[in-house]
Amino acid sequence: MKEQTRENVMLTPDHIAALDGRLLRRDEISLDEDLLQHLLSENLMKAIPALKKDFLSVKCMRCGNTDARFFARLSCARCRKNHLYCRNCIEMGRMMECELLYYWEGSPYVWPRHENPCSWEGELTSAQEKAAQRIVEAIENREKEILIWAVCGAGKTEMLFPAMTKALEEGMRVCLATPRADVVRELKPRLEDAFQDVPIQALYGGSDEKEYHAQLVIATTHQLLRYRKAFDVMIIDEVDAFPFHADPSLPFAQNRAEKPQCTTIFLTATPRKNLKRRVHNGRLPHVFVPVRYHGHPLPVPTLHMCTSLAKDLQALKLPSIFIHWLKKRKRQERQLLIFVPTIKLAERLKTPLRKILKDNDVIKNSEALDAVHASDPGREAKVTAFREKKLQVLITTTILERGVTFPSVDVVVLDAGHDVFDEAALVQIAGRAGRNANDPTGEVVFFHDGKTEAMLEAIYSIKQMNKRGGF
Amino acid sequence: MHCLWCFSEMDNQFSWSDVFLLKKLTGLCDDCINGLEFLRGNRCEKCSRESETTVCKDCKWWKEALSNDPLVFNHSVFRYNPFLQEVISKWKYRGDFVLGEIFRPYMQQAYQDILFKMKKDVIAVPIPLSEKRLMERAFNQAEMLARFLPVKTECLLERTEGEKQAKKTREDRINTKNPFLAVKIIKKPVLLVDDIYTTGTTLRHAASSLAASGCPEVYALTLIRG
Repeated sequence: MKEQTRENVMLTPDHIAALDGRLLRRDEISLDEDLLQHLLSENLMKAIPALKKDFLSVKCMRCGNTDARFFARLSCARCRKNHLYCRNCIEMGRMMECELLYYWEGSPYVWPRHENPCSWEGELTSAQEKAAQRIVEAIENREKEILIWAVCGAGKTEMLFPAMTKALEEGMRVCLATPRADVVRELKPRLEDAFQDVPIQALYGGSDEKEYHAQLVIATTHQLLRYRKAFDVMIIDEVDAFPFHADPSLPFAQNRAEKPQCTTIFLTATPRKNLKRRVHNGRLPHVFVPVRYHGHPLPVPTLHMCTSLAKDLQALKLPSIFIHWLKKRKRQERQLLIFVPTIKLAERLKTPLRKILKDNDVIKNSEALDAVHASDPGREAKVTAFREKKLQVLITTTILERGVTFPSVDVVVLDAGHDVFDEAALVQIAGRAGRNANDPTGEVVFFHDGKTEAMLEAIYSIKQMNKRGGF
Repeated sequence: MHCLWCFSEMDNQFSWSDVFLLKKLTGLCDDCINGLEFLRGNRCEKCSRESETTVCKDCKWWKEALSNDPLVFNHSVFRYNPFLQEVISKWKYRGDFVLGEIFRPYMQQAYQDILFKMKKDVIAVPIPLSEKRLMERAFNQAEMLARFLPVKTECLLERTEGEKQAKKTREDRINTKNPFLAVKIIKKPVLLVDDIYTTGTTLRHAASSLAASGCPEVYALTLIRG
């Protein structure tokens, strides 16, 4: 009893909120050493070795990595020994053999129940409403998982509001995880608008919100590595997207971040084979939302063959058929989003495209066109400039294939036959067009030098989705 | 084998060209190796910077400021381009120790290149970190570089004050007081080793501490001329 009082004196509820549900390195815990040791001796906190070594294998206990090529050795100046460390999750702070990971084992933090937390005043379409009710039901019944298969531009975020409302009313902790930092940044203001009185936290590499105790968390999937048994509702946005489907440490982190009775909601417009199979076998409950929120069908891509494409791009020229299309575009005032397969090409096409577009009166000055890619420091600013129509044309790699909304664009893919454009990528790219009710169509054109399976499957599945939507 | 930096699979079939061209085994794939830029062309004979004049402007300034420059010369290998900045920051600040291996052959080659300019029996002395920083990082990047060299490495310097160099302006850096102390009397010439030469202040502070403890001549070998 006495010890209990001591704990209460030294630990505020804020401390517990910051510790409960987390898996942290020593330097991520703001408690002084005496207090931490005391909590450990009282079994209120637990410590585990950062790397678990077995007879032949090693496992990083933070990211679950067991792949030998992601471990290396370091001669440690602290212990004067040669240690293993994990290179897979080193961006989140290096985990070494001689270090520990800590988690809270005391009684869990009780998150508040919110009354009418949702301040969003928009209305859902009937298709959205149906899906939204199904998700609420899943949370009420504590179902394990559910897939929301909604076409690009169906209004997925709004569909989640009733479910989030329900969860917050029940005092649940909710995480919305998405693969890209851009999307986290875009979602944060939208959720803050919709849930004005609920503290919301946005986490991504380089975000400045390192005080981790909000009930509603928006995070990149990598940030889940710092959680353990934290969430009652886990929403995985774009579950098919790289890197969630390619990096085994991310599903590992997702599983660990969930409480045992967590409801997992997968969102996607383009489920991959494994999910489709599970849906087909009846092992994964799902809802299909086949219409966009404005009720218009998805634009179907058109294909344009250009035989000399590879040669032209090599010489930094643009295929004549592209220029031809440019001149005959139906609505010249639409912005233009041009997808290219590589960063190099995005950078190098800037100058020739500026000239061509200026000659054809698509842009008035060179500043109206820019290129953006993953390692571009000006990426955020350029995307914002494009959204605000300060840029007329944007050349991009696949980083803008999903999660971003521009009201009125035509979409071009140059070299659509390249490996980076798989079926899912092409469907997503096509989904960038016609997202606004005021301009619900938009042209999507693939320039290629030979049809690929991916292109045909993408077109087929877009047509299928339109068919299921009743078009 | 996978590339130390980008993890892409490397086709590392050993061929005769590797023997004849002495291709450096850096652990990087060809694409990543191409990201490294050597300092080229005319260089300042004092600080290794790319310069049209034999002694660059900064070094002339040093010559005027110090009546007796404790540093004979500095030799650097690479330009501090964006790619190398990324590598260095992951290596040093994220603590990805093994990335230092990339520089092993280049450090060894650089040592051979400057051998003729130094007195015999030189020993390598890394620029130290403060105790606090060393405990944080668990390794000293300069010491790692020094140990690649085919000479004896001795940690003869101690840091009495913190480092936080990266946040200082040039003026601040040059005017700080000497944070180094030599731990014993030194009779041999010393080759100081560090990762980056920026203004040259750190190396000159270290060199003057060594000189004050009896060291006859001090040279410097740094990976990068910033």
